[in-house]
Amino acid sequence: MIAYIVRRLLATIPVMAIVGVFVFMLLHLAPGDPAAIIAGDNATTANIEAIRTRLGLDRPLHEQFLSWVWATLQGDLGISMFSNLPVTKLVLQRAEPTIALATTTLIVAVTIAITVGVLAAWKAGTIIDRAVMAFAVMGFSVPVFVVGYLLVYLFAMKLKWLPVQGYVPLEQGLWPCLRNLILPSIALGLAYVALIARITRASMLDVLAEDYIRTANAKGVTTGVMLTRHALKNAAVPIVTVIGIGVALLISGVVITESVFNIPGVGRLVVDAIARRDYPIIQGVMIIFSGVYVLVNLAVDLIYTFLDPRIRY
Amino acid sequence: MTTAVSAVAGRSDKSRMAGIIDFARRNPTIVIGGTLMIIIALAALGAPLIAGDPLIFQPINRLKPPSDEFLLGTDSLGRDVFARTVYGARISLLVGLSVAGVSVAIGLCIGLACGYYRGVDGLVMRLMDGIMAIPAILLAIALVSVMGSSVRVVIIAITIPEIPRVTRLVRSIVLSVRELPYVDAARASGARTRKILWRHILPSTVAPLIVQATYICASAILVEAGLSFLGAGTPPEFPTWGNMIASSRLYLAIAPWTIFAPGACLALVVLAVNLLGDGLRDRLDPRMARRM
Repeated sequence: MIAYIVRRLLATIPVMAIVGVFVFMLLHLAPGDPAAIIAGDNATTANIEAIRTRLGLDRPLHEQFLSWVWATLQGDLGISMFSNLPVTKLVLQRAEPTIALATTTLIVAVTIAITVGVLAAWKAGTIIDRAVMAFAVMGFSVPVFVVGYLLVYLFAMKLKWLPVQGYVPLEQGLWPCLRNLILPSIALGLAYVALIARITRASMLDVLAEDYIRTANAKGVTTGVMLTRHALKNAAVPIVTVIGIGVALLISGVVITESVFNIPGVGRLVVDAIARRDYPIIQGVMIIFSGVYVLVNLAVDLIYTFLDPRIRY
Repeated sequence: MTTAVSAVAGRSDKSRMAGIIDFARRNPTIVIGGTLMIIIALAALGAPLIAGDPLIFQPINRLKPPSDEFLLGTDSLGRDVFARTVYGARISLLVGLSVAGVSVAIGLCIGLACGYYRGVDGLVMRLMDGIMAIPAILLAIALVSVMGSSVRVVIIAITIPEIPRVTRLVRSIVLSVRELPYVDAARASGARTRKILWRHILPSTVAPLIVQATYICASAILVEAGLSFLGAGTPPEFPTWGNMIASSRLYLAIAPWTIFAPGACLALVVLAVNLLGDGLRDRLDPRMARRM
């Protein structure tokens, strides 16, 4: 087991290395001089030269890459062009709202999606099943920001049940914090719920056709136990896979959701960086989010072995 | 689809009608999705005929609610929301179709090569894993902000993250098909590698790729709208649905039509493409159809 974990950890190195090359090369992909691009349209030659030396763009490419990798490995993601603060510090300052939003959404979405998916598979072919499947197609199709504005318009502006936008830090209490996260979580989680509900239904349909489910029913196991212990546990591997893959959806969604609801998180940091051409921030956040995605999927791989002892490596 | 068409060919109009109705009953999602797509595509192509000028602004008519003169009202600069929404369909469809076409073409070539020439496989697939690990919208944001915003750059930026998905699909098909007896037979009869790839292996990838292309089209339309909304997509003066929503966000309380008109169209287009994709998958790939 330990050998397997170590092997899987090592396998993430080439993936992250390619992410690193890609993110590093980004600036050099652009036609023209990277220093001039960073400096913007109204820069003087002196400005451009200053940026070139400050970022070390005058050194050979491989040297730049190695020192950038070395710094990144030590947690130094460079200096923001706009605020002159370290990117790592800026990201950490903005981390709480993003983590709060992502974890709330993840927990709520996975719970709802699995319940709904199991229900649809158990009642396959009925009106419940059709409603769930119709909802799943809709959930894929409505963009995060349209759902977001619709929720704000209905529940915040018309009914005045929930706040329109903003974020309250956790230290000011759990409920004030959660209150502000309800609408963003629904908007962000919709597509994720649709994705997981679909795969849950599909995987459960396969398992429910197995002989041991008939055996369980025949020996008088209650429906609840049959569905969860006998069926869901055996249907879990594809579901967990999709939960892992779907984290990419969640990360992309976070960037947009934070803009809709004006949540001062890491997503906002990137969006604000676009207009300011603050490349170190864009690069740093790309590295961090890619790393999170790779780690989540590593965790998923490890969970397999617990879910299905037949999977041996 | 071909069997339905050939079965009714040469018969009377009446039985042809019956054939069409029968097809619609068996494949409701293809028919609903396809009809919606045709209507939207016609509206996009005929935009100058059915809608006014999307760019002209009349400050005197700011934020007017929907009326006879302005079917969907006006936005904060007094521009006709209906005209802008109709013209917005052009960019969305252009981006959706281009991304689907280009990513499938590139992914197909890389996938065929990786599946057949095992030497390059390891390296290329690691590269694909790396690209897949970067969240698509961040990759697109970064590319657009480096290369400047234009429709062409947006298409490139959305295409790159889609390529690995196509490559993986094609590669997995090639890996299973290349071991089949008829490919062995072709090889034994002296067919050259290129001929085996194009004549004997490529046809197996067509059906899954058509399905995949529709899903890519739907996701590309969503990502384009997201990029425009974040200010990292097409330049703000373009009437795209994402740009319209972004420029109207402050007026949600007083002029909700400025957001919900383009929003509803966006959802409708993506829904149509997704329905079409689901329907095609049910028809072309029965093994998958049973599952999802």
